[in-house]
Amino acid sequence: MTDHASDPAAPVLPYSDPEQQREAAFLGMYVFLGSEIMLFGGLFMTALVMRVLHPHEVVETSKELHIWIGGINTAILLTSSFAVAAAVHAARAGVGRVSAWLLAGAAALGIAFLALKGVEYSLEFRDGLLPGVSYPERFSGPVERLFMDLYFISTGLHALHVTVGIALLLIVSRSVATGRIVLPQRAIVVELGGLYWHLVDAIWIFLYPVLYLAR
Amino acid sequence: MTDLSMPKERPDPHNIEDRGLSETPAQRESYLRAGNTLGSWFFTTDHKRIAVLYLISVTFFFFIGGAAAALIRIDLLEPNGTILTNEGYNRAFTLHGVIMVWFFLIPSIPNTFGNFLIPLMIGARDLAFPRLNLASWYIYVLGGLCTVYVLIAGGVDTGWTFYTPLSSMFAHGQVVMAATAVFIVGFSSILTGLNFIVTIHKLRCPGMTWGRLPLFVWSHYATSLILVLATPVLSITLALIAAERLFGIGVFNPALGGDPLLYQHLFWFYSHPAVYIMVLPALGVVSELVAAAARKPVFGYKVVAGCSIAIAAIGFLVWGHHMFVSGQSPYASAVFSFLSLAVAVPSGIKVYNWTATLYKGHVAIDPPLLFACSFIGLFVVGGLTGLILAMLAVDVHVHDTYFVIAHFHYIMVGGTVAAYFGALHFWWPKITGRLYSLAWGRLSALLIFLGFNLTFFPQFVLGYLGMPRRYHHYPPEFQVWNVFSSTGSSILAVTYLLPFLYLFYSLRYGDAAGPNPWGATGLEWTVPSPPPKHNFEETPTVSGPPYDYPMEFEERP
Repeated sequence: MTDHASDPAAPVLPYSDPEQQREAAFLGMYVFLGSEIMLFGGLFMTALVMRVLHPHEVVETSKELHIWIGGINTAILLTSSFAVAAAVHAARAGVGRVSAWLLAGAAALGIAFLALKGVEYSLEFRDGLLPGVSYPERFSGPVERLFMDLYFISTGLHALHVTVGIALLLIVSRSVATGRIVLPQRAIVVELGGLYWHLVDAIWIFLYPVLYLAR
Repeated sequence: MTDLSMPKERPDPHNIEDRGLSETPAQRESYLRAGNTLGSWFFTTDHKRIAVLYLISVTFFFFIGGAAAALIRIDLLEPNGTILTNEGYNRAFTLHGVIMVWFFLIPSIPNTFGNFLIPLMIGARDLAFPRLNLASWYIYVLGGLCTVYVLIAGGVDTGWTFYTPLSSMFAHGQVVMAATAVFIVGFSSILTGLNFIVTIHKLRCPGMTWGRLPLFVWSHYATSLILVLATPVLSITLALIAAERLFGIGVFNPALGGDPLLYQHLFWFYSHPAVYIMVLPALGVVSELVAAAARKPVFGYKVVAGCSIAIAAIGFLVWGHHMFVSGQSPYASAVFSFLSLAVAVPSGIKVYNWTATLYKGHVAIDPPLLFACSFIGLFVVGGLTGLILAMLAVDVHVHDTYFVIAHFHYIMVGGTVAAYFGALHFWWPKITGRLYSLAWGRLSALLIFLGFNLTFFPQFVLGYLGMPRRYHHYPPEFQVWNVFSSTGSSILAVTYLLPFLYLFYSLRYGDAAGPNPWGATGLEWTVPSPPPKHNFEETPTVSGPPYDYPMEFEERP
C-alpha cells in the first residue's frame, strides 16, 4: 500500500482512481454516522416514552438541570463546529497553517465543553442527583430519579463521543501542521474528521432541548 | 464434472501439471500462498483470507452452540430431565441462543461468503476498507472471547432475549458479561455492513450496473442496510441493561418509573430485522445455486432483487408481532399482524421465482442444488407457519410454545444453515481450488434434510399440543414427540460433521477444480481457483446481463 507514497493523491488498493476513493470514504463516513444516529435513537426513544408516560414528573425534574451551563455548552459546541467548517475550507484552499489552528481551536472548545460538563456533574453530584450517589429523599418519586439517570446516561455517552472527537481533531490538526497530511490533495481527512465533529454537535442540539428545555 | 474416481498415481514433484501433487499450479499462485507465516494471516487485509479466518471462527462457534443444543435434546428425553439441573438447563438454552444467533447465524454467510465473494462478483480487487474488514474480525474474536468467558464462568440463564425485569433484577450469572459480548460483536456487524454498502456502491467494475449485480450481492446489500441501522439500537439497549444491573439505572424497572415493555420494543426493533440479517444472505445464496444448477437466468431477476430490499424495509416494521400477548395496544397488534403478513409476500415471490427458474432447466443434481432445494422446502414450511403465528388469535394459542421454536428453526436452521452448507459446497472449489466427492455431498445433503425434519417437525406437534418453550420438565404424554426430536437431533449432529470429513479430505486429495467447475456464470468463475491475491489481473468489464446462460441444450463440461 506504500507504492504510491510519493504522490499523496494517488489511490491505494482497491481503488483505481482518486475520485472513487474519495467518494467511498465519504459514503463510508455517512453510513457510519447513520449508524451512530441509530445508537442515540434508542435513547431518544426512551426519553420520548418517559415524557409520554410521565409528563409532569419529567417537567419538574428537568428544572433541576443547570440550564445556563447547558446553554453555554451549546454555544461552545456550535462555535467549535463553525471553526471546523472554516478549517475544512482552509484545507481545501491548501492553507495548512490556518486549518491546523482552527482544528486545534475547535478541540480546545471541545475541552471547554467537557470541563463545563464536569462542573455541571460535580454540582449535581453535590446535590445528590447522580445515579449511585443519589439521595432517595431528594426525589419526590422514582420517575424523577429515572429522568436524572437517563440524563446521566445520554450526556455521558455524548461526552464519550466528544472525547473521541477531540482526540480525532487533535490528531488531524497535528498531521496537518507537520505536513503528514498534504493539503489540498488530502483535504478529505479534514473533511471526514469534521463530519464526525458535526455529528457530535448535532446530537447535542437534540439532547439539549430533550433534557434541559423539557421544563 | 470431472471424474472423481480417477486412480491416483505417484506424484512427480518436478511436473507442476501433475494432478497428484499436494498443490495445484493455480494454488501456488493464489491468495493461499501469498505469505505462509502466521502473521501473513493474522495481519492480512485480503478479503479472501479474512473470509477464511471467519469461516474457521464461525464454524468453531457453530459447534459450541451445537453442543449446547445436544445437551438440551439429551435432557429432554425424559419428562423430568436426564443430565441437567434446572439451572443448568436454563444456561444451556441461553448459551445455545446467544452463540447461534450472534456468533454463528448473523456472521455466517455475510462474513464468510459475502466477504470472499462480493469483491470477486463485482470485479473489485478488495472490499472498500480492507483494514476495517480485518478490524471487524478482531472485534468478532474479542466478543467471542467474552462469550467463552461467560461459558466458563458459569453462564447466564435469561434466554437469548435478555428480557427485563428477569435479566435486570432477578437473573444470576454473567448477564453483564454476556451483554458485553453481544455489544462488542455488534460493532463487528456494523463495520462489515458499512464495508459492504460502500463496496457495492463504489467498487463495481465498468459495466457492472445495478441491474447486472448478482442476486447474492443484492441480498447482501439489503442485509447490510439492516446491519448498519438496527444493530446500534441493540447496542444501546444492552448498555441500558448493563447500566441497570451495575448502577441501578432503572429505565426498564417499573418500580423506578421505567417500562419493561420498552425493553421488548427496543430489543425486537433490532432482533426482528436481525432475522432478516440471518435469512437474506441465504436467499441470495439460493438464487445463485438455483441458477447455476438449472443453467438458466433467474426468473424475474429484477423482482427477486427488489424483493430483497422490500424484505429489509418491511422487516423494520413488524417487530410488534413478538409482543401480541404482552398487553400492547390491540390496534398496534392489528397493524403489526398485517405488516407481518405483508412481509411474507416478497419472500413468497422469491420461492415462486426459484421454482420457475428450475422449470425446464437442465438441472444437475449436485450437492449445491440439493441444499438449495432443501432450503426452499424448509423455508416454505417455516414461512407458512410464520403466517400462522402472525394471526393474532392463533398466536395467543401457540405463543411461547414449541410451535414458535419449530417455526424459527425451520427458517434459521432448515433455511440459513442449509444455505450455508449449500454455499460451502458450491464455492468450496473456488475457495480452496479442490473438488470434493459429489456422492458424499449428495448423501450429506439428504441426511441433513432428513435429520432436520425428524428433529423439528415433532416440535410443531408439541407446540400445538401446548408444550411451552424453555420448560425443563414436561407432562409424560409429550415424551414420545420429544424422543422423536432428540433422535433426529442425533442424526443432525452426525451429518453436520460429515461434510467436514470429505471437505478436509479434498484439501489434500481432491482434484484441481479449474476456474469454473460448475459451468456457472459470474465474474468469480472467470478467475483461477483459488483466486490470485488481487483477484483480477486486469479490471474486468461486464457487457451482458447476469446469469447469461446459453438457451440451447449444451453438454456440461
